[in-house]
Amino acid sequence: MIDKSLRWIDDRLGIAKGGRTFLDKIFPDHWSFMLGEIALYSFVVLLATGVFLSLYYIPSANEIVYHGSYLPLHGQRVSEAYASSVSLSFDVKSGLLMRQAHHWAADIFLGSIAVHMARVFFTGAFRKPREFNWIVGVSMLILGIVNGFLGYSLPDDLVSGTGIRIAFSIVESIPLVGSYLAFFLFGGNYPGNGVIIPRFYILHILIVPLLIMVLLGAHLGLLVKQKHTQFKGKGKTEHNVVGSPMFPTFMAKTTGFLFMSTAAIFLLGGFAQINPIWQFGQYEPFQISYAVQPDWYMGWLDGAARIMPSWEWVGWGHTIPLEVFLPAVIFPGIIFNILILWPFIESRHTKDLAYHNLLDRPRDRPKRTAAGAAMLMLLGMTFFASSTDVMANFLELPLKSVLWFFRFAVIIAPIIAYFITYKICNEMRAAEGIGKRKRAQVVLRSSTGEYTTVDSEPRPGDGYEELEAIPVPTYIDLVPPELVTGAGVRRVMR
Amino acid sequence: MSDESPRVEEPLAPIALDDPHLQPFAKHPEGAQAVAAIAMVVGFVGFIGFGVAYWIGNDSQWQALTLGVGLLALGFGVTAWGKYLMPQGPFVEERHDFHSTEAERDAMTAAVVERGGMVVKRRKLLGGLLALGSATMGVVLLFPLVRSLGPKPGNTLFETNWKTGSRLVTVDGREVRADDLEVDGVLTVFPKGFQGSSPDQVILIRLAKTLQPLQPPGRTEWGVLGYVAYSKMCTHLGCPVGLYQRQTQQLVCPCHQSIFDVRAGAIPQFGPAPRPLPQLPITVDSAGLLRASGGFDQAVGPGFWERP
Ligand code: FES
Repeated sequence: MIDKSLRWIDDRLGIAKGGRTFLDKIFPDHWSFMLGEIALYSFVVLLATGVFLSLYYIPSANEIVYHGSYLPLHGQRVSEAYASSVSLSFDVKSGLLMRQAHHWAADIFLGSIAVHMARVFFTGAFRKPREFNWIVGVSMLILGIVNGFLGYSLPDDLVSGTGIRIAFSIVESIPLVGSYLAFFLFGGNYPGNGVIIPRFYILHILIVPLLIMVLLGAHLGLLVKQKHTQFKGKGKTEHNVVGSPMFPTFMAKTTGFLFMSTAAIFLLGGFAQINPIWQFGQYEPFQISYAVQPDWYMGWLDGAARIMPSWEWVGWGHTIPLEVFLPAVIFPGIIFNILILWPFIESRHTKDLAYHNLLDRPRDRPKRTAAGAAMLMLLGMTFFASSTDVMANFLELPLKSVLWFFRFAVIIAPIIAYFITYKICNEMRAAEGIGKRKRAQVVLRSSTGEYTTVDSEPRPGDGYEELEAIPVPTYIDLVPPELVTGAGVRRVMR
Repeated sequence: MSDESPRVEEPLAPIALDDPHLQPFAKHPEGAQAVAAIAMVVGFVGFIGFGVAYWIGNDSQWQALTLGVGLLALGFGVTAWGKYLMPQGPFVEERHDFHSTEAERDAMTAAVVERGGMVVKRRKLLGGLLALGSATMGVVLLFPLVRSLGPKPGNTLFETNWKTGSRLVTVDGREVRADDLEVDGVLTVFPKGFQGSSPDQVILIRLAKTLQPLQPPGRTEWGVLGYVAYSKMCTHLGCPVGLYQRQTQQLVCPCHQSIFDVRAGAIPQFGPAPRPLPQLPITVDSAGLLRASGGFDQAVGPGFWERP
């Protein structure tokens, strides 16, 4: 049956040769290769839950009177966007679960991208020939952040409205063209004339996801074409890939992983409340709620805006709001440019033009690892700076001291992190036998009272490594050879 | 695949069924199978549970629990099947160089440079016209794509609806009387007819009368009976400056903690806000209603290039 339909398709499309190569594609086994899968699967969940939400959400700023089942809002004048967001949470069966799962999936999507990217960075997987895929990946990260912000804004609740206001002011801060850009984007002076929500909606559900999907296709296509990187190990060279085949082993594992990632997202969506918009209330430009915290992936920008000194430049009849432009436009611009250009920055520095298919251990590249640690420290510090007020309250310190601490910390902490990491890497490289799996030493006492030590038996998992890797078999003798009588041997084509 | 090209036979690598590479990773396959099977049964039960939870109510926690457990258990079972019960390998695949041979590269370059370049060089006029046409198209397409999106800013960023004599009203349109607020009272007000408008939002504060002389020079007449009024739009990023601290007479912006000194013309004392909140001159009319005695003397809200 399968044989027949494959033949039918192959007659028309000629898929057999490439198809089998694809089924034989080898996936190296390492836990850190699952991070990208988490990102992929949370994107799948985002699409699925997003389609569900788009069936009920109304992207309109029109004012209506709320009549849903959430009583505290009854009779209030709210926007259709807000009303429909509340209604799809309470009046649509499973709606709340889907909405919260969507939000969690977005947070996990960006989180796993960040961690996956750190893995790729610290192991040097971005080196030649994979620079394209690194750039595609960073682009998806940027688009993901943008789409996260857009989606966060759609419910038109008090917290997200404040975010849009801030976004308007940031665009406005760009010298020369800022106010024009802001007016074009928002259809007029803030809060615009009701076009923001429909515009954000179409960007959020169509344009940005489409771009991400195109890049995602490129990301996976390049991965198949260029094959995986792998860590050093028995039989693993720059010229091969060792691991399990796409079909059936990897497919089974990854399908299971898809289910488990989805499970985690839905469990969070059901049990960990996120963004309870009905408590924030409808957005009004003159109202604000306290302790406003953006989603985690915006935290570093919010923190940078907080700790920036109030340096506005005024002269020649013009104003450059550097206190906004520097932290909110220039700073992320520099960070993303460093990220995109990193493969080239590094290869220029190392003069290394060779192909690399084997991964580095981070400690073997102290400078890169230290640079990565410094970058993480910088972003981490600006991230924590986005909750200066919460920290000041919690530690009962004056806000001023917390702020000044972070102003220094964003500069000093990355430098310290660089040198400490550099030192640790070098020490680790110097230590002998590090990173090797240690076998237990068994102490034996002989009958004469002599003590000797021997290595214990290899641990169960170790045996896996002992086999030599062989090419994926194409057909299997179902009957062991010694029992073969000549006739009746069934050969199964794979 | 055309029939003319001779097909190269794929070399087939045979392997015996008892080859160690084909053995499962698990030491005790039967046990592993049992675990995977139990997990998958739990998964099945979880999904049934989700159906029931959906059918009999709308509790998102029950739905998440059943669906989550179902997916988790099924996923665990399938992963365990893949990891412990499928051929353990390891298998190997050779890599091949991506790059083409030197000859192929040269041929490609030649096709672009010589075949294509020759055509363009021979017909410089047509090439130039094509470039001109496309560039023009690109520029004029910007009109609908960008220019249609919104109006030009013009003067709008400098203007508010506050005029001399505008009455101060609350968001629901109630006119504010001079005796409405106690000392240290705060109220968000708008010019009558523009309730809720973002650029017009003003925060009205009543200070003890003795504090009034602290106003900057030239502004001593801008308040009345201890009342002072400031634009409520933060000069940093435009959040409403909503938090008034009575003990210190400071306005705090909850977004990035800029602090403004209400007694001294709302000068920023702390945080990223670069400028004082613009002050609205107010007075009280014969009927005891508060009115603006002028508009703002500058643009309200965050900075932008055209601001002098
Ligand atoms: S918007 Fe007020 S401090 Fe940033």
